[in-house]
Amino acid sequence: MSDELLDYDDVMDRYDSVLGLEVHVELNTASKMWCGCATTPGAAPNTQTCPVCLGLPGSLPVVNGKAVESAIRIGLALNCQIAEWCRFARKNYFYPDMAKDYQISQSDEPICFDGHVDLEVEGKTYRIEIERVHMEEDAGKLTHQGGAGRIQGADYSLVDYNRAGMPLMEIVTRPIQGLGDKAPEVGRAYMSHLRDLMRALGVSEAKMEQGNMRCDANVSLMPKGSTELGTRTETKNVNSLKSVEGALRFEIRRQGAVLEAGGKVKQETRHWRETDQTTSSGRSKEQAEDYRYFPEPDLVPVAPSREWVEELRATLPEPPAERRARLQQAWGFTGLEMRDIFGSEGALDLIDATVAAGSSAAAAKKWWIGELARRANEAGVALDELSITPAQVAAVQQLVEAKTITDKLAREVFEGVLAGEGEPAEVVEKRGLAMVQDDGALSTAVDAVIEANPDVAQKIRDGKVQAAGALIGQVMKAMKGKADAARVRELLLEKLS
Amino acid sequence: MSETTDLILHATARQLAAWVRSGEHTSVEVTEAFLDRIDEVDSTVNAFISTNREAALAAARRVDERVAAGEELGPLAGVPIAVKDLLCWNESPTTAGSRILEGWVPPYDATIVQRLLDAGLVIIGKTNLDEFAMGSTGENSAYGATRNPWDSSRIPGGSGSGSAAALAAFEAPLTIGTDTGGSIRQPAALTGTVGVKPTYGGTSRFGVIAMASSLDQPGPCARNVGDAALLHEVICGHDPADSTSLDAPVPAVVEAAELADVAGMRIGIVRELSGEGFSADVRQRFEESVELLKAAGAEVVEVSCPNFGYALGAYYLIMPAEVSSNLSRYDAMRYGLRVGDDGSNGVEQVMRASRAAGFGDEVKRRIILGTYALSSGYYDAYYGSAQKVRTLVQRDFEAAFAECDVLVSPVTTTTAYPLGEKVDDPVAMYAGDLATIPSNLAGIPAGSVPCGLGASDGLPVGFHIMAPAMADDRVYRVGAALEKALEARWGMPLLAMIHDSDAAQEARA
Repeated sequence: MSDELLDYDDVMDRYDSVLGLEVHVELNTASKMWCGCATTPGAAPNTQTCPVCLGLPGSLPVVNGKAVESAIRIGLALNCQIAEWCRFARKNYFYPDMAKDYQISQSDEPICFDGHVDLEVEGKTYRIEIERVHMEEDAGKLTHQGGAGRIQGADYSLVDYNRAGMPLMEIVTRPIQGLGDKAPEVGRAYMSHLRDLMRALGVSEAKMEQGNMRCDANVSLMPKGSTELGTRTETKNVNSLKSVEGALRFEIRRQGAVLEAGGKVKQETRHWRETDQTTSSGRSKEQAEDYRYFPEPDLVPVAPSREWVEELRATLPEPPAERRARLQQAWGFTGLEMRDIFGSEGALDLIDATVAAGSSAAAAKKWWIGELARRANEAGVALDELSITPAQVAAVQQLVEAKTITDKLAREVFEGVLAGEGEPAEVVEKRGLAMVQDDGALSTAVDAVIEANPDVAQKIRDGKVQAAGALIGQVMKAMKGKADAARVRELLLEKLS
Repeated sequence: MSETTDLILHATARQLAAWVRSGEHTSVEVTEAFLDRIDEVDSTVNAFISTNREAALAAARRVDERVAAGEELGPLAGVPIAVKDLLCWNESPTTAGSRILEGWVPPYDATIVQRLLDAGLVIIGKTNLDEFAMGSTGENSAYGATRNPWDSSRIPGGSGSGSAAALAAFEAPLTIGTDTGGSIRQPAALTGTVGVKPTYGGTSRFGVIAMASSLDQPGPCARNVGDAALLHEVICGHDPADSTSLDAPVPAVVEAAELADVAGMRIGIVRELSGEGFSADVRQRFEESVELLKAAGAEVVEVSCPNFGYALGAYYLIMPAEVSSNLSRYDAMRYGLRVGDDGSNGVEQVMRASRAAGFGDEVKRRIILGTYALSSGYYDAYYGSAQKVRTLVQRDFEAAFAECDVLVSPVTTTTAYPLGEKVDDPVAMYAGDLATIPSNLAGIPAGSVPCGLGASDGLPVGFHIMAPAMADDRVYRVGAALEKALEARWGMPLLAMIHDSDAAQEARA
């Protein structure tokens, strides 16, 4: 790593940061932005293409109405104004996986503009102003063969146009200032908010690791007291919450070091490197690219009626922050407990659904972010991709509460359900996990253990009740765990009193 | 040439369709007559880039089978047609008149091609054009210049050079053209044929290789107004695959052409398009035509469109701007020509070499102009100003149409000039489109109808009729009335004179 770093706090002593976050969200519409091609993920390369998304001569785009609807709903959820009339524009530039050699986007006439979101970070509220939300199309995907998968030194490159023409929303903030030393955390909180919002709206899977949502993070520094914006860098395609925070923190430290050494920050795009948690220099942006924007003549303007906008406003889900506050109160969790939940992708929705299916909140949280998160992690899948439903988790918890099984046996039930052995009750039945409820059998087992451990039994009789634990353990072992430990303790103490 | 063949070649499309329906001549017989005619004369005319005898005869046989089965057929079923080689047809290569698309066969059909096939028309081939429809002379085709059948030393007009020349040379009874700044009407005027640019959005652009998207409009070309109207109704109408396509009923143009009556119509002569800049031959025939229309009962007034003087300039900024963007996809990576890909060159070098070899001078000129006009710092001065002029031209039309039903003017400034005359003077070539360009900027319908031969050179002159958006029927109504009046005067259609120099001489007088 060639760039020297400065301690974060030292930078903060002397500089204020200014952030600008551009977030791309890929919509989950059934068809592409300009044509009827499917958007099914994971299809074989170039199987979801047509003359339109391949940009063949003579082909023409037609706007996907569902994408416009999603754009408006996103804008409304971000407190934006919705344009009464707007156009698409052509952004002319060459990129090897862009079939028309121009991207259809929106430049100075976005569909949504002038919005804001309020974020609470460590007890303080920050307002992020949204400059615009605009619609555009995604490009295809390049795979470089040879040359370690990078374009430099590759023998050849393959293009997959399945993603070309996928509807993409770009959410752009105004310059964000006044964050003090919390800029990286606020950046992360903003991404987290957007992710939750996209899912709540149902407009995108918003899986950052799969590129459904990616962030270009602009950062610049200005000396404290100054009002003149510094030179910014743009770190492209940062694709996890943690990386957004990391990239912002790294760039602040790197730029701080450059400035402190009397240097100038170079205007450039940079890339976040997950492996060593640093950014590296990409394309120089000293000479701004000339995109030669002009109104897209192949598309008619978009003019959403006010009635439609109001109809869409009425369909907005509860805002994620309000929902969290409501759930926290309903569940009686502390802020720290809630943070555990947010830290686990998708857990909030799953816990909510599990509670709705009849579980206590505490238990639902315990299972999802404990046992089940561990299993998801082991299987390398997302929590909501596990083959168990919130209703099944609630059913397991009800078995625990009915003392049919113990907490420990519950883990075996989960294993069975995940393995496809059936509903929780069936797994208990098939695996013979139900606890022994018969006092007679328990009594016999307790007697046997007392007989086998006369010394310990005597100690208990002498009043050393804490010694009972060892005997209880032995009884449980004899019962193969299928006993209620509290009842065993009762019986044991009864017999030795 | 047998008498029957001669009869077929010179018949109207309406007549051919009637013969096919009645069984008097089969579609195969008709189709073969035109294909043979192409074989016979096209080495001189060069109206075709490709013909597809096999596909044509197969389509003709299908029509004949349907006739035999007693099926109800559309009004043009069984009639051969040639299509400007700017429209995608997956049975044939589509070149756009350019080398850059060498060898490319589209994997799909243009909507218009699909409609022709659905209506039982028989596509016989693809007609020559100025490369990517850029040019007014037919000399910019990578496949050689097209020649004017009236005088093979002269241009047939462009860019629909092949579509117009094929009609005038009796190689096809109907053709499809596209019109961005006059490319249907100007060659129609110079070859003595009929060509109509429908209201923008009236015909689908899907599958039509784009030159300047906001201006391009495909339309019908024929030898008489009635045939053009029949073809107009086949190809027009809403297309969900083209978002600029109008979702409205197609104007009743066939009915209007049959009406052929201008009694009580108000016809406006555009002052800015009738005096200076037009040759004496052109002006003379234009004025006579106006008199004929007056005699047929039309009221003629003069109107002014003060911003038309800026239309040419605005057009030559907007059009190349869109060209520069539309043609950027020809990067030699996915289809068409690829030059220099021998392993020693990088992507950019291959692209550069392919474009250098694949694009002609006129195309390169417009790409450079357009790139410049859109570049930051110049956008407002050029493209932005041009768009404002475009709005002013639209307002001029609105004001003029508040006073009259149609506007008229000559189509071209001169009759067909010799090949090569303006090759080195593109601006002089551009100026020839002075009268046709305003209607493209405004998106209104306009047509060219032959109105006689130049007194000094015996070459055809076109009469230009412009109507408000969606009122395409008025173009046909006035065009048919003029055609009727002229035929009454000459005793035969203008095109018949192409083989009858005495009659032509007489007409000049």
